[in-house]
Amino acid sequence: MLFFRTARKLAWVAVVLVSSAAGGAAAELNLYTTREPGLVQPLIDAFQASTGTKVNTIFLKDGLAERVASEGINSPADMLMTVDVGRLVELVDKGLTQPVRSPALDGAVPPQLRDPEGHWFALSLRARVLYAAKGLGLTRFAYEELASPKWKGKVCIRSAQHPYNTALIASFIAHHGADETKTWLEGLKANLARKAAGGDREVARDIMGGICDIGIANSYYVGLMASGKGGPEQQAWAKAIKVVLPTFENGGTQVNVSGAAIAKNAPNRAQAIAFLEYLVSKDAQKTYAEANFEYPVRADVAPDPIIAAFGELKVDPTPLTKIARFRMEASRLAEQVGFDN
Amino acid sequence: MRLDGPVAVGLGDLDEVGDPTRSGIRPALGWRVAAAAVALLAAAPILTLVVLALDGSVGLWPHLVAHVLPRAAANTALLLAGVGSLAAGIGCGTAWLVTAYRFPGRGVLAWALILPLAIPTYIAAYAYLDVLHPVGPVQSWLRWLLGYQSAREFRLPDIRSMTGCILLLSFVLYPYVYLTTRAMFLTQAATLIDASRTLGASYGAAFTRVALPLARPAIAVGVSLVLMETLNDIGASEFLGIQTLTVSIYATWVNRSDLAGAAQIALVLLVPVAGLVAAERFGRRQRSFAASAQRPRRLEPRPLGRTAGMLALALASLPVLVGFVVPAAYLAWSAWARIAFAGLSQGLLATTWNTVSVSAAGTLGALALGLIVAYAGRAAPGRIASLAARLSLAGYAVPGTVLAIGVLYGVGALDRAVAWAASTLAGASVGLVLIGSGAAMVLAYTLRFLAIATGSVEGGLSRIPPSLDGAARTMGAGTLRTLYAVHLPLAKPALASGAILIFVDCMKELPATLLLRPLNFETLATRLYGEAARGTYEDASIAALLIVLVSLLPVAVLARLGQDGR
Repeated sequence: MLFFRTARKLAWVAVVLVSSAAGGAAAELNLYTTREPGLVQPLIDAFQASTGTKVNTIFLKDGLAERVASEGINSPADMLMTVDVGRLVELVDKGLTQPVRSPALDGAVPPQLRDPEGHWFALSLRARVLYAAKGLGLTRFAYEELASPKWKGKVCIRSAQHPYNTALIASFIAHHGADETKTWLEGLKANLARKAAGGDREVARDIMGGICDIGIANSYYVGLMASGKGGPEQQAWAKAIKVVLPTFENGGTQVNVSGAAIAKNAPNRAQAIAFLEYLVSKDAQKTYAEANFEYPVRADVAPDPIIAAFGELKVDPTPLTKIARFRMEASRLAEQVGFDN
Repeated sequence: MRLDGPVAVGLGDLDEVGDPTRSGIRPALGWRVAAAAVALLAAAPILTLVVLALDGSVGLWPHLVAHVLPRAAANTALLLAGVGSLAAGIGCGTAWLVTAYRFPGRGVLAWALILPLAIPTYIAAYAYLDVLHPVGPVQSWLRWLLGYQSAREFRLPDIRSMTGCILLLSFVLYPYVYLTTRAMFLTQAATLIDASRTLGASYGAAFTRVALPLARPAIAVGVSLVLMETLNDIGASEFLGIQTLTVSIYATWVNRSDLAGAAQIALVLLVPVAGLVAAERFGRRQRSFAASAQRPRRLEPRPLGRTAGMLALALASLPVLVGFVVPAAYLAWSAWARIAFAGLSQGLLATTWNTVSVSAAGTLGALALGLIVAYAGRAAPGRIASLAARLSLAGYAVPGTVLAIGVLYGVGALDRAVAWAASTLAGASVGLVLIGSGAAMVLAYTLRFLAIATGSVEGGLSRIPPSLDGAARTMGAGTLRTLYAVHLPLAKPALASGAILIFVDCMKELPATLLLRPLNFETLATRLYGEAARGTYEDASIAALLIVLVSLLPVAVLARLGQDGR
């Protein structure tokens, strides 16, 4: 009996899968994204409503490049969307993207936030900021200070192997060289209040819980927590912290990007470009700012008031592609000092 | 039939009956070929890994040996030792308590002790971090009780530690040991324990000197399942900040884009796994318990006094409380708060249906292949059958992400070949047949949980006396017909319990599902992950609760199977 029942279920699965794979004849585009569905969905919905183009998505955690590469020439992927400049560059390096020339894109995205040949475009910016316990009254901070003995046992941060931190370490290398970065990492490691694990929001929660005084995390989480989108509990976490925009001693605040590329074998290239152009439009950039609390890439769209309240963002001038190049070294340095142990 | 389903769950079988070749079954070529095909399929992802590993340089190794491996290996060893011994202790202890003694709540506990199986380890980690955090309910209450104002004045040690990780994994994974060991205590040990009691041994002595040694093979099977789950866990240990070898593979692949390097580490990781498998085989070497066609006698539990009874109740409830009640109640509570706050999100029903469908397909696939491997061992024993049995472990022994990558590359190559053939031969464009249809995902489930399937079928079959094979053959039935008409009906409870375990495991599976699913296809686990990755655990709690609820049903059936014959 069990077998028959299961066989019947299996037949259903086949029907469901085939029908979902076949799709309709209307304009479609296939989006492969490592961005969480909840963050991109509002943008997809708006695009679908205004153009009638159906957007099919698959949300991947890791292995975006591997998946597209092994699908090869028949890959249905049109647009590849991900966070972290290193991952965007990786897609280009593996030959999975194609260049796009579009006045709308070039006009909206500043040159330092896109690939010179049009292989990828940044869609939003996020700053790696300092969360500090309110009582400390901190107003300014340099990333270099994270290693200062003053903060011994008081710092919270996620794994150094997370792309956000790897990019921060890579920026440090770009500013100070590998040797100094190693010393800095050792100092920071010695200052940790707990294991380098978990996510960025836990930095706020751990500060509220008295585990640490300061920590490094991304800017938009503050908006997600403070706005109440994460529920009343997280609002309390956000209330426990003050955000400071740190800078490098000889530079600005470290930023990273979320971005997208057109897949090399995109079957719906025109639709994908249209979606990309929509994503850098004023409307979509407002959504990035207001729904996701990211910094828009367009100069003519303002960040959300919660984010704007951090003060003026002075972006570090190190080119993103240079940071991407130091990614590997940053990851190895973190292992050398046993940062996550 | 009153056979014990759960006893059959495991990497192999607890009872080794006489050699079937001697009962007059001629080796069947068909079964050999089929077993060889399954062996090849099971080995394919590993072979893919070898190809990937050879593709890269070995330049990574000096760095790994100097800075990563010693620490990761030590951590992994410590974690395995800790979880292995604690889970064994909890599993055997509770199994003995509910089998040998009569005390209040025993009837409920006998099945409730299986419930933690429904909680994925990563969900338990999320839940406990929330519950035990300084700003969480437990510590807030403690501060209130002790009169402290803020967490800066008083807080408990952080759960994000090796100790925390060992405790957490042990309390969620011990049911594997409980299941196998209890079935052994219930049936095989009864006669001998009674004999030892007649000879004047106390209950305690009967446990340590008779029951425990007798149950050694069952414990070995249960513990090795626990250890494999621990070894390939990435969610909980990464979340709690434990740098295991698996986490290192992950960092090498994801953060340094070095897939070849990651494949190299993954292959090295297979060495301790092979050791584990060998240890498990060694643990149950030369154990033969003649399975008779008669119904086994049950152990008669001894009533406990009031104080002792309460103590037993407290002891046996603790694992259920820690491994199931607390995380499940926490999920229910936060899911409730979320529904009140934001309502139910759309598509949850479709997602649940997706999850159940692909899990059922994966279960069916694993059972079918497991049946071939196990039956070949009976109908056509020999090198090929035993090789297939060993290789069927491969998918369970590597981390889920690694298996998924192996399947992705293998299936991707196949898909490209099919598309090329279709366009050259017929001029048709077929797209990606296997990845696009979800077949790749189901294949990954099948290979991942083949070990459980093979183990449970082997277990079910070996309880059937070979004399039945002979009788069926004498009457002119072929091996296929004997399988269908004699063996399958008799082995049904074992197959069912195996199917349930696989089904629940498929529901919880995350890495292969994320990497291999088709467009627009969500399961509860991917949804849970998507929300959790944003840090919106409250949204995730609804999906998590659904995973637990849908898993509960089969786990309840599994518990019933264990109760049969009381």
